[in-house]
Amino acid sequence: MLIYIARRLIWTVVVIFAVVLITFVVFFKLPAGDPALRFAGRSPTTAELKLIRHRLHIDKPFYIEFGYFTKSFFLGDSNGWPGLGYSYEGDVPVIQEIEQRAPRTLCLIGGAAVIWLVFGVAIGVLSAVKRRTLIDRFAMGFALFGISAPVFWLGLMGLYIFWKTLHWTGGSGYVAFTQNPAAWFSHLILPWIVLALLYMAVYARLTRGNLLETLGEDYIRTARAKGLSERRVIFRHGLRASLTPIVTIFGLDVALLVGGAVITESVFNLQGLGWLAINSVFTQDLPTVLGVVLVGAAAVAIMNLLVDIAYAFLDPRVRYS
Amino acid sequence: MSSGGGSAATLLEVRDLSVRFRTRDGTVQAVSNLSYSLRRGDTLGIVGESGSGKSVSNLATMGLLNRAYAQISGEILFEGTDLLGLRPEQMRRIRGKDIGMIFQDPFASLHPMYRVGKQLAEAVQAHEDVSRDAAWRRGVELLEAVGIPNARARARDYPHQFSGGMRQRVMIAMALVHNPAVLIADEPTTALDVTVQAQILELIDKVKREFDCGVILITHDLGVVAETATHVLVMYAGRAMEHGPANEIFNAAQHPYTWGLLESMPTIEKRLETLIPIEGSPPSLLHPPPGCPFHPRCKYRFEPCDGERPPLFQMQGGHLDACYLSPERKRELWTKRIGAELGVTG
Repeated sequence: MLIYIARRLIWTVVVIFAVVLITFVVFFKLPAGDPALRFAGRSPTTAELKLIRHRLHIDKPFYIEFGYFTKSFFLGDSNGWPGLGYSYEGDVPVIQEIEQRAPRTLCLIGGAAVIWLVFGVAIGVLSAVKRRTLIDRFAMGFALFGISAPVFWLGLMGLYIFWKTLHWTGGSGYVAFTQNPAAWFSHLILPWIVLALLYMAVYARLTRGNLLETLGEDYIRTARAKGLSERRVIFRHGLRASLTPIVTIFGLDVALLVGGAVITESVFNLQGLGWLAINSVFTQDLPTVLGVVLVGAAAVAIMNLLVDIAYAFLDPRVRYS
Repeated sequence: MSSGGGSAATLLEVRDLSVRFRTRDGTVQAVSNLSYSLRRGDTLGIVGESGSGKSVSNLATMGLLNRAYAQISGEILFEGTDLLGLRPEQMRRIRGKDIGMIFQDPFASLHPMYRVGKQLAEAVQAHEDVSRDAAWRRGVELLEAVGIPNARARARDYPHQFSGGMRQRVMIAMALVHNPAVLIADEPTTALDVTVQAQILELIDKVKREFDCGVILITHDLGVVAETATHVLVMYAGRAMEHGPANEIFNAAQHPYTWGLLESMPTIEKRLETLIPIEGSPPSLLHPPPGCPFHPRCKYRFEPCDGERPPLFQMQGGHLDACYLSPERKRELWTKRIGAELGVTG
């Protein structure tokens, strides 16, 4: 198991390296304008520009530029490890920018993930067990609504009703947990629910489908033939076997949201990683884009690793092969 | 069908059982007017092609048919109680305790994610309030009883670490946990290698004696029931075609369909070219043919066959047969068929 994890970790590094290279090439080949111009501030002299170009290594061919980047990434730079350089905007270390944005995104995803997993699976199970009843139809109608309703609309409606009209929740923006836990919660509850609603709907349908399929398996008939209670048949035998595909999708969804919760972050003005990514793409801020892409890629790689480890615990057939 | 006391007590009596499934295309007559009984020590072989209703009738006995889709009528008396009249919770208490069942495909019938010992222990705890350890130990004992070597260690393995035959032994152990009065084996050897088949059949016969129960052995292969069955019920299109003591069926088969089954049964003496398949295919259960359901495929059909449904005629030796041919004519035909066959082989 340990050897397996080590091997997977090495692969993870290779994958991240490849992602960096691709992003680097894409942005280097784009007609981006001269970053040194923006980096230097207003009306710089030619000497200043030359110096900045030299410091950013953009006066060299791109593979040497990439070499410098890779070196400082793996060995760290004056701002610590991993070395991601400075943003073209405002001379801020990228690592610092990410450190500031990441907690907002992680809090958003974490809370939403708990909500959608718990409620999505619960609704799915209920729907499968009460198949073709009113409950099932209602639940699946709700799921259709959750999948169809656009996040920006839901978010704005939520803000209008629960913040502006009823004053039940905090408004847009982010308050750090360490600063004021109550305000942190009150500002995040709406984004959690709005983001979770979409995924909840997907998970409810997924769980329903998987569980119905599993309940048709021979070993479920065996469980019934043993005289087990229907509850035990459904939860211990049915749900247990339906969970594996859900775990896979869950890992991937969470990982993709790390850099991709853009709409929710924008509607609620949370200014997390997704927001940072969009902004830096618009401003052609290559180091920041690379930084966010790296975090996103690392998230996908790490979640995949976790999913594979979880698989080994969930399914003995994986463990032994 | 005596219901006297002692070792020959009737355990299970199915009376006029019919099962219909409502589907989008119409009503499927899966089982029609089926009656049979099982005594302690009996092995009843239920033989028929796929779709003849042999599995469905036993799933009805187990209460494993979804009553939302299956309309069941008739009576299934287990030690005098009509199982069809029980509430789901009452039926659950009988299932796996008084009536055990093993299934066709041992590869799919065990939960892939739980240890074999755990699945056995679960069966113990389903009907008995014992500790997890005690339940586990009981499971290990049963694994030993069904001939799994090194049972104590093997109980900690997962199903995919067992061979097909070993898995079927586990299934048998699981069905025997509560020493059931009736053991239903639904095509227990179909998915297994031929060499393993005989071992499993032998094991079923052995546990029948050791656990003193009655066995229902469902199969499409008369050869499977030849060794161990005390009674045979031949089913076709959801109906009983012929029903009686095993030696009667094998030595004095009455129904042309049974003759067909016997002739299509491979034995060591018979060469492959002398196996005679039954022409045609079973009828649709959505629109069963009138009269005898076998008449469209029967070589000997005459006027009454497509008219009224033949009842089960009482033959000699407790033998029931649903064919309009007179006993004399049947004897004549059967002798001719056997004679022809002997002529070819000899």
